Amino acid sequence: MSNVRLSAEEMARYARHITIPEFNVEGQKKLKGAKVLVIGAGGLGSPVLLYLAAAGIGHLGIVDFDVVDETNLQRQVLYTVDDVGKSKAEQAEKRLKALNPHLEVTIHNTRLTSDNALDIISQYDVVADGTDNFQTRYLVNDACVLTGKTNVYASIFRFEGQVSVFNYLKEDGTRGPNYRDMFPEPPPPGLVPNCAEGGVIGVLPGIIGSLQALEVIKVVSGVGTPLVGRLFLLDAATFETRTLKVYKSPATKIEGLIDYDQFCGIVPAASANDEVKEVSVQELKELQDTQEAFQLIDVREPFEYEIANLEGELIPLSAVLDSAHRFKRDRKVVVHCKSGARSAKAIKQLQDEFQLDNLYNLKGGILAYAREIDTALQTY
Amino acid sequence: MEIKVRAFGIAKDILGFREQTLSVENGETILEFKKRLLSQYPKFEDLVSLAFAVNEEYCSEDFVLQPLDEVVIIPPVSGG
Repeated sequence: MSNVRLSAEEMARYARHITIPEFNVEGQKKLKGAKVLVIGAGGLGSPVLLYLAAAGIGHLGIVDFDVVDETNLQRQVLYTVDDVGKSKAEQAEKRLKALNPHLEVTIHNTRLTSDNALDIISQYDVVADGTDNFQTRYLVNDACVLTGKTNVYASIFRFEGQVSVFNYLKEDGTRGPNYRDMFPEPPPPGLVPNCAEGGVIGVLPGIIGSLQALEVIKVVSGVGTPLVGRLFLLDAATFETRTLKVYKSPATKIEGLIDYDQFCGIVPAASANDEVKEVSVQELKELQDTQEAFQLIDVREPFEYEIANLEGELIPLSAVLDSAHRFKRDRKVVVHCKSGARSAKAIKQLQDEFQLDNLYNLKGGILAYAREIDTALQTY
Repeated sequence: MEIKVRAFGIAKDILGFREQTLSVENGETILEFKKRLLSQYPKFEDLVSLAFAVNEEYCSEDFVLQPLDEVVIIPPVSGG
């Protein structure tokens, strides 16, 4: 940080930081030299942006495509009544620059997508994820892993919050756990409500977002021990906390960005052809036991097949259309994956392209089979 | 044997309790415990990515529970 200098004005402004022995001028220079991207300028983004701007982070990026809504004001303390109807990113920039004129701000007034995420994230040193849906959570996580960025994660629900620091580069050169190590698969759409659906107590993002800002400052300054390999949980209703140790999972593989709407089960409105027939794991077991002629196809990836398989023919989802001839027409074909989403997608593709009508999706995938039929099967 | 169960987020809604002491088999694994929950609370099936921690540490499905262990059930949360 030798190339970063603090002016006399800045030395005065950050005097309370500089007075902390282990933080001092060096810590403050690191903040000034840092570029931090805050994704989502809402409940969590408000305290994160305000505290990072006040603390003296040199360059803040803001990703948000939304406008301020009246229902935001109960918790999104960046905004005032006058901001309603206006761009969050633009209003946030004004507010933050009024707070700290030394700050540089770049706004990305756009939705983060698989097409722009790597480009945007790679321009920054550290990411703070304060988005409000599972698709973007997985997208941010995967993009941070692919670009080698630390992802300071927080999320909220009613009275509860979670915080962790993902993909942190440790001293031994390895990376700490990421979101997929904790939650390999998203819940089915609609099951876990977001703030709009489930509600949130207004002060909660203030608490959790402030912890998130704190972790960003620790990661950037190198002071303290960041929340790496640990998941912090708060239940504000009972004032109970847990700090759980989390580990990297060998099954987590992130090789590129994917279609996150599809991954999270959010698919376009169904057409007639989109009907996917299903069989339960018990029905599959009956087929196996009675030796009725049927074909079993596994559309997972080879590394997953190695972990556990049902002796089906392996045709990864990406190869299904090119391998359509391998799907038998004269008998029932059961298609499975880990939990049912990819196999349903494979069946839809084949029904659309080749009008096959003998395909059945294994409900719950190999995980349901392991749970209900063969408990000796390795799960992952 | 008895274990303590603490549910967070949507798991709390599905179970209908925040915290409870439950009776399980001696030497029950997390996988067996999950099956027990699933048979009692069928909606658990939808939560494929539910995580389990025992005594403040994430654990795999073959983890063997001990008397008085605290099992924390952590559902994913997306709000921001």
